[in-house]
Amino acid sequence: MAQKMTYTQALNLSIKEEMERDDRIVLFGEDIGKPGGAFQVTKGLWEQFGSDRVLDTPISETGFFGMAIGAALTGLRPVVEILYMDFCAVAMDQLINQANKLTYMSGGQFPVPVVFRGQQGAGRGNGAQHSQSFESLFCNMPGIQVVLPSSPNDAYGLFKTAVRNNKPVIFLEHKLLYGIRDEVEVGREPIPFGQANIVRSGEDVTIVAVSRMVQFAKEAAEKLAQQGISCEIIDPRTLVPFDLETVAKSVQKTGRLIVVEESHRWGSIGASIIHEVVEQAFNYLDSPPKLIGTENVPIPYSKPLEDAAIPSPEKIEQAVLSMV
Amino acid sequence: MDKERLIEAYTVMRTIRRFEETLNDLYAENFIRGSIHLSIGQEAVAAGVGLAMAPQDKLTTTYRGHGHVIARKTPIRFLMAEMLGRETGINKGRGGSMHFTDVSRGVLGANAIVAAGIPHAVGAAYSAKYLKEDFVTVTIFGDGATNQGAFHEALNLAAVYQLPVLFVCENNLYSEMTPIEEIVPVDNMAERAEAYRIPSFIVDGYDVEEVYGAVKKSIEDIRSGKGPVFLEMKTYRLVGHMYGDQEIYRSREEVESWKVRDPLSTTADKLAAMGVDINGINASVERDIEDAVSFAKESAWPDPSRLYEGVYFGE
Ligand SMILES: Cc1ncc(C[n+]2csc(CCOP(=O)(O)OP(=O)(O)O)c2C)c(N)n1
Ligand SMILES: [Mg+2]
Repeated sequence: MAQKMTYTQALNLSIKEEMERDDRIVLFGEDIGKPGGAFQVTKGLWEQFGSDRVLDTPISETGFFGMAIGAALTGLRPVVEILYMDFCAVAMDQLINQANKLTYMSGGQFPVPVVFRGQQGAGRGNGAQHSQSFESLFCNMPGIQVVLPSSPNDAYGLFKTAVRNNKPVIFLEHKLLYGIRDEVEVGREPIPFGQANIVRSGEDVTIVAVSRMVQFAKEAAEKLAQQGISCEIIDPRTLVPFDLETVAKSVQKTGRLIVVEESHRWGSIGASIIHEVVEQAFNYLDSPPKLIGTENVPIPYSKPLEDAAIPSPEKIEQAVLSMV
Repeated sequence: MDKERLIEAYTVMRTIRRFEETLNDLYAENFIRGSIHLSIGQEAVAAGVGLAMAPQDKLTTTYRGHGHVIARKTPIRFLMAEMLGRETGINKGRGGSMHFTDVSRGVLGANAIVAAGIPHAVGAAYSAKYLKEDFVTVTIFGDGATNQGAFHEALNLAAVYQLPVLFVCENNLYSEMTPIEEIVPVDNMAERAEAYRIPSFIVDGYDVEEVYGAVKKSIEDIRSGKGPVFLEMKTYRLVGHMYGDQEIYRSREEVESWKVRDPLSTTADKLAAMGVDINGINASVERDIEDAVSFAKESAWPDPSRLYEGVYFGE
């Protein structure tokens, strides 16, 4: 049953349905109880499921990330809300040394079924410590899956996979996607990880984009279509695992590749994607692949500076025009 | 402790001591890689805690945790094989000295990041409360760990949610190579727990009976729903922080002053006075150690073609 709703409402509904289905799912986070979360993703859940299950935590990211991991090792399936993804930096040990490594270090003795979710990204003038995109960093931590829904339907369907799955997940929402409204197939099957979504089919150039960058790519593709240039937009949806096959196939067809990412471009996952495609499909490439990422500066506050730092539909359009 | 219990405690302590002395030898012979942190001198804490825990109870510990896991009765064959990096190791050779994990005996893991396992224990305690299961979680850490944010956050969380967790601080007077008194403003680590209104007690960590009694009573209280408890074990390591430590930060006299109270010899004396055959116990421990070493040496190496196995559970 398709229903129009916002990205926030889609997440909220998905969490609620999953909690109704499985009472081992518990939520930890700051202000997620009665206040319903700073971005209202957990609205109404405290009332429905109670304060033991929707745990309003102190501002102790190390403490409650670690607590979620310990709970995951002993039968629960915690979902942790990170108020701004930037704040996970104070608790990075629990992500980079614990959640992702305990299964392997133990010789596979237990799963760590925990989901760390929250919003990230620039574009709203939140300043350098509330705007960064961290997907590249998380992709460099083996043992954790990295998920970035770009639409309400994906948010709904990917969250279900995240929470039903036995592996730790970083679930990266975008603060400027929360308000978008679109159709959600309520009651749909979970969306599997590692399965890219071909958002738009095209012939001339392949644009790989995640999260909010999918919106930008769509805008650029519209304009380019008017100029007779046809773009194929691929949203991998999960960066770990990554659907290289779909991307490589597309590049074999178009002969051109652009990767758009909001994380900083030096040392990025976009660069790794390009590298893999070059290794696999070099002979199909008609021009050097392009990477559009955030400039290597802390995200500035002032609008013209912030705009200059991050990707935009115009930058994507220019890049395509320079290739075809 | 009755006589049988005390014999068991001595056997565990002796096993830990001989296991770790053997590690030293194997390290010198290049059978062991990386770094090893021995708990020689601190065995009474391990034995007292291990024996006081019920089978369903959980444990998180540290890189100085060989003894804690031995006291949970993980067969030392599997621990020795882990030290030698073999596929038969308790962690299939993926962990090593600092990461002994034995889920079947409630050992959720030894952690090499100072204090990182403390919040895990609080989370396990949250599970027990939420799922209405009757296990208590014990977390063991050092005096130095009380200077970590993870420690303070975890204590606050446990206190606020009144979770069934026992904090056991092994105060061996040194945070790596720095005297703890130089880097904390308190005399006792237990004072730090008081700030979170967690009942806290100071225990002679060189007296296995006192450790056992304090842990047993604390676990009973916690199991009956009284919330978290904090125990500070006054103890001392008779060897360096790690293999190769020159120990320039302490005097021979200080080490000697603790050595005269070595919990192994005091317990052995007590048992001998009861007519127990100490040599018989020691000989049987020796056979177990030899068995563990040959088991480990004869075990196969992990197959590099299975490098990725276990990154995710079941894969
Ligand atoms: C986060 C972190 N910082 C530093 C270290 C290096 N280190 C290993 S053990 C140790 C001292 C810990 O002292 P204490 O907690 O008293 O435990 P003990 O070694 O005395 O048992 C340090 C600093 C580490 N492993 N993790
Ligand atoms: Mg110490």
